[in-house]
Amino acid sequence: MSESKFNMSASPHFRDKITSSNIMLMVTIALLPASAFGVYNFGIQALLMLIVTTVTAVVVEAIYEKAMKKPVTVKDFSAVVTGLLLGLNMPPTAPLWMGALGSIFAIIIVKQLFGGLGQNFMNPALGARCFLVISFTGPMTRFVYDGVTGPTPLGQLKAGEVVDTMEMLKGTIPGTIGETSVIAIIIGAVFLILMGVIDLRIPGTYIVTVAVFVGIFGHFANPDIAFFDPTYITAHLCGGGLMLGAWFMATDYVTSPITKKGQYLYGILMGVLTGLFRLFGGSAEGVSYAIIISNLVVPLIERVTLPKPFGKGGE
Amino acid sequence: MKKGTEVLFNGLIKENPTFVLMLGMCPTLAVTTSATNGIGMGLSTTIVLILSNVLISMLRKIIPDSLRIPAFIVIVASFVTIVEFLMEGFTPSLYESLGIYIPLIVVNCIILGRAESFASKNGVFLSALDGVGMGLGFTLGLTAIGLVREIIGSGQVFGVQLIPVADELAGKSGYVPVTIFILAPGAFLVLAFLVALQNKIKINAAKKKGEEVPDTANCGDGCSTCGGCGGTAQIFPVGEDVSKDKKEE
Repeated sequence: MSESKFNMSASPHFRDKITSSNIMLMVTIALLPASAFGVYNFGIQALLMLIVTTVTAVVVEAIYEKAMKKPVTVKDFSAVVTGLLLGLNMPPTAPLWMGALGSIFAIIIVKQLFGGLGQNFMNPALGARCFLVISFTGPMTRFVYDGVTGPTPLGQLKAGEVVDTMEMLKGTIPGTIGETSVIAIIIGAVFLILMGVIDLRIPGTYIVTVAVFVGIFGHFANPDIAFFDPTYITAHLCGGGLMLGAWFMATDYVTSPITKKGQYLYGILMGVLTGLFRLFGGSAEGVSYAIIISNLVVPLIERVTLPKPFGKGGE
Repeated sequence: MKKGTEVLFNGLIKENPTFVLMLGMCPTLAVTTSATNGIGMGLSTTIVLILSNVLISMLRKIIPDSLRIPAFIVIVASFVTIVEFLMEGFTPSLYESLGIYIPLIVVNCIILGRAESFASKNGVFLSALDGVGMGLGFTLGLTAIGLVREIIGSGQVFGVQLIPVADELAGKSGYVPVTIFILAPGAFLVLAFLVALQNKIKINAAKKKGEEVPDTANCGDGCSTCGGCGGTAQIFPVGEDVSKDKKEE
């Protein structure tokens, strides 16, 4: 490759003080409330899981980049975010080696083999989570809370039972480590919005679409539910991985569209898929599959929402 | 005779249908859940491939050019039917596990591809050797993929439990099978890794011989010469909008 005096990097070309590592550091900070609540909620096992996934992700990234003689980029915190997000997506009772395997899969296969940060075609943490759920369905979908193995609120909703929305807001429910507390996630999300790291477009469209979809089609999945039943909709919004997914994983810069129209389209697509999977699919949760499938169509979304260059297209 | 061995090894290594030509991907990905399935599928394809190559090569001067594809398909389908009945009679369990993929050998692109590009242009003996080479190459590829998937996905080799599997209910510790490897995504993962591995080996071998190796790892001159991503990386083209100008011409 010849040295060029022009900066031929990918767009955008404006420069700002904000760097990838700044952003990733802020995302890590924003994930701390959810992590802290997960540890408080599930105990030391959850803390160990978060440490294992995060450390494995960083170490594996460093080893791989050393072995491939690439610049070692562990300082940019992206591996920390990937590992932490994967940990937050693990059930607290899953064996620790499963978390480590997930981190290896996320970093090597989903991220590095496709070219490293900025090149991954789907969210590494979610890719790894789906890999683990498909491989080890039992341990990955068994949720123990207070020593009792029970269904998650979404599972109860699917079975037609009534759930306590207040507990779901607080997060004192079974689920993965980081997804249970809506309040803790929202604190992190507000921080990210205030810092300008994410905006409301993707998560907002996503959550509203899920609400509308569940409001309309909840009745068809379970005839006892009225159209736009507020408690049912709230339970769906607060349950499962929707909040964690919408604020922290759907907004991943690499795997979400950069055009405004595309971001709305992407949010709607995720919302519809999540609703479909939750109401009519085999399992109670569908956020991770909805997000990674939408990740895959992002290049197409960007293609159809391509803005016209200034001065062009006057025909 | 030298040409004969060359033809034979061409299919096995240099133009291995699975790892180099990337032909017959449907059975490659679908049936390789175990090494036994891989061998079974590979060998039945090999038999059909040899027989159809021989017959097509014999008839190559009689078959009119415009009708060659239907003629090839009739020949291939006849042999597939024979193989299918033989398998049903003598290896019923393999027949069961390969299922629809046995009749689908008719449309396997390795067989039609070899008929079109080799058997219809070469003599009977060479065509038979090409069938053997390509068939065994395919078998090799399928067995390798099946072996890896079987070991990781269920801890077995040719159906023999290699590592004791953990049983949580009985409180027995052991290997926890990574189930994804015997499902569809595992097929893609293993195929990709094996292709990468054999590319690496071939590049190293070529380097040792001092041959020129095209540098695929680097983008060379950047996106303009590559086209690998279909131009999606250039969604905001800088400067002249080349694609549009071309369209208008």
